[in-house]
Amino acid sequence: MKNTNPVWKFFVSVKLTVFLLLSLAATSVIGTLIPQNADPEIYFHRFGPFLFRLFDVLDIYDMYQAWWFQLLLFLLIANIVVCSIDRLSATWKLVFPKKLTFNPSKFEKQKEKKPFYVNESPSDLESKYTAFVAKKFSRQHMDKTEEGFVLFAEKWRWTRLGVYIVHFSVIMLIVGAIIGSLFGFKAFVNIPEGESVDHARLRNSSQVQPLGFTIRNDDFDISFYDTGAPKEFRSSLTILENGQEVFKKDIIVNDPLRYKGISIFMASYGEMAPERKSANDISMENIHLNFTINASGMVYKRKAEIGKPVAIPEGHGTFTLTAFEPEADFRGQNIGAALIGTLTPVQGDAVDILLPLHFPNFDKMRRGEVVISVADQKQETFSPIKKKDVRYYSGLEVNKDPGVWVVYSGFIIMIVGCYITFFMSHQQICIQVTRKNSKSRVLIVGIANKNKIGMQRRMEKMAERLADSR
Amino acid sequence: MNSSQLLSLVTFIYGFSATFYIAAWIFKKTLPATLAKWAAIAGVVINAAGFLLRWRESYALGYGHAPLSNMYESLVFFALTIVVIYLFIEIRYKTTVVGAFATPIAFLAMAYASLSPNVSDKIQPLIPALKSNWLIAHVVTCFFGYAAFAVAFGISIMYLIKNRAPDKETGILARLPGLNELDELTHQMVMFGFLFLSIGIITGAVWANSAWGTYWSWDPKETWSLITWFVYATLLHARMMRGWYGKKIAYLSILGFGAVMFTYFGVNYLPGLHSYGAS
Repeated sequence: MKNTNPVWKFFVSVKLTVFLLLSLAATSVIGTLIPQNADPEIYFHRFGPFLFRLFDVLDIYDMYQAWWFQLLLFLLIANIVVCSIDRLSATWKLVFPKKLTFNPSKFEKQKEKKPFYVNESPSDLESKYTAFVAKKFSRQHMDKTEEGFVLFAEKWRWTRLGVYIVHFSVIMLIVGAIIGSLFGFKAFVNIPEGESVDHARLRNSSQVQPLGFTIRNDDFDISFYDTGAPKEFRSSLTILENGQEVFKKDIIVNDPLRYKGISIFMASYGEMAPERKSANDISMENIHLNFTINASGMVYKRKAEIGKPVAIPEGHGTFTLTAFEPEADFRGQNIGAALIGTLTPVQGDAVDILLPLHFPNFDKMRRGEVVISVADQKQETFSPIKKKDVRYYSGLEVNKDPGVWVVYSGFIIMIVGCYITFFMSHQQICIQVTRKNSKSRVLIVGIANKNKIGMQRRMEKMAERLADSR
Repeated sequence: MNSSQLLSLVTFIYGFSATFYIAAWIFKKTLPATLAKWAAIAGVVINAAGFLLRWRESYALGYGHAPLSNMYESLVFFALTIVVIYLFIEIRYKTTVVGAFATPIAFLAMAYASLSPNVSDKIQPLIPALKSNWLIAHVVTCFFGYAAFAVAFGISIMYLIKNRAPDKETGILARLPGLNELDELTHQMVMFGFLFLSIGIITGAVWANSAWGTYWSWDPKETWSLITWFVYATLLHARMMRGWYGKKIAYLSILGFGAVMFTYFGVNYLPGLHSYGAS
């Protein structure tokens, strides 16, 4: 019975699958080229007013959550479900037939037929071949003929269901993800050493999530390799319920604490009272800037003052310092003292630029024609060393995801399903033995629903074994 | 001799092997093919030895981690997996022509690792995010996937070359395997690669969930691995369900390998969590 519903017909098409898979692949590229969920100001500077508005309307800045991307995913799932249901009934009848019959005509159609001769009579071969086939195949059937016999055998009929297993696993992943987003949460909290919290702040909203227990940060520790690279971030946490200590654990990256379905991850750290020495790092009367012109590779040093425009060498417009910020912020990160200025190119819009004192390469990220940096500053590499008198806080990621076990089950089912689908096939063989004088003429034909070349090779090997008349 | 010197030697051995595979194909000689095969086997042995030696050296330095933590180490492993998979094909399918298209990729990977100024062969300590038992499972499965796709790419190129004159009976085109065999071999390699890419993405997701508390965060490298997965999923569906064959499959396989290369190298130029793979 064919379903003629037009909606069904639309979703049952594999053309749609190909279209959706390629569309998902192509659109996913966008979000990797445009950093997601950054500060709108950064986008505005980078794209200008028109593109900024356009991308905003299309949700490009959070595209994997955008309605059109989710719609593509939904269509793919609908496509998978409809295709699987549509084909499953036919496959089911094949896998679980009411009566299992071997159809000789299927084997007769095969082109590759190479008979060989054995110095034994068919009746001698019968028991030998039956025993041999029984070892390799799960099901066999023999028909006596006038001149000998025909032996049918098969195995792995059920592997025809492999592809449905894979499709089912994809649906499990989606179901698990939906459970996670409906009944779970992703939150974070900063806890200073020695202090406790019983709530965390939700990501992507400013709401507070009560945890139902209290987390106390007993200690934060950071250690370094002798190269200066960080070796380990460690927070010693205690879980309290009604004032009672119920659980203690040191967490490090890759080893979270799990309690009552909530997982607590070591995510970041910071100093409680940042030193304000950076404010004195620079004398306002004596600021020098380096202008590196990309086209020529030349570096020019120019004196600058707040509020006074400086002509950029080689005719690249003007630059005006507007402010000094002792604790500048870039995408939520404290980058220390920085100067802020406005670059006015000869053509195009003016851009506000951040010039951190300690990171001379910072402005390279903008990929402009000219790179500006503050001259004559100590160039630090970012390597925080723990000091005795500094109090740290631990930045913790606090998550609950009840769907994760559905997703993990989906993962395992997907791997198993892919293996079955790709590397196991429904194999059927037919061995025909006929008397030729005192010898037997043997013909082996094998068919498989996948990897036909591999099946042929298996048949050649089997013929070699069976021709061996030991 | 330290592992870096040993692995530089492997670069030359793979170069030698690739040259002789190509010579054997062009001049229809069996001696260069035999030399190429033994060079490839020697290369694999020394490549694996260099890999293990580097592992030991990292313990001697007090870092103690599997050499799968940066660009240099991944390239070394990539070359190893390509040649292992190729040798498997040579032995199983009894053909040496594929070597002319597979071993050059391994040679290029090793040459890039050894010679590029952007790739440092220094053994570095593991940053906290990489300290996990999932590191080995994740990287090994990903690279088996990448290597299978690399070989599939080589075979697809062979297909397109052969397809220009499939019925020619003499010359170098005639010595390529038949179109059906090449097409089937591409399909086999893509299935193998797809299974391993899937396991690689899955182990990565499980790892991410234990390190950051989320199994999927649309980080550029994650996203690009998924893009690669989509492209090869398209190939498999088009072939199995729509009966796409030959040239179309070869083009999709080449497109897929482009996505693999971007996942591997291109993503390092984008901001994201996987930035430690860059240097």
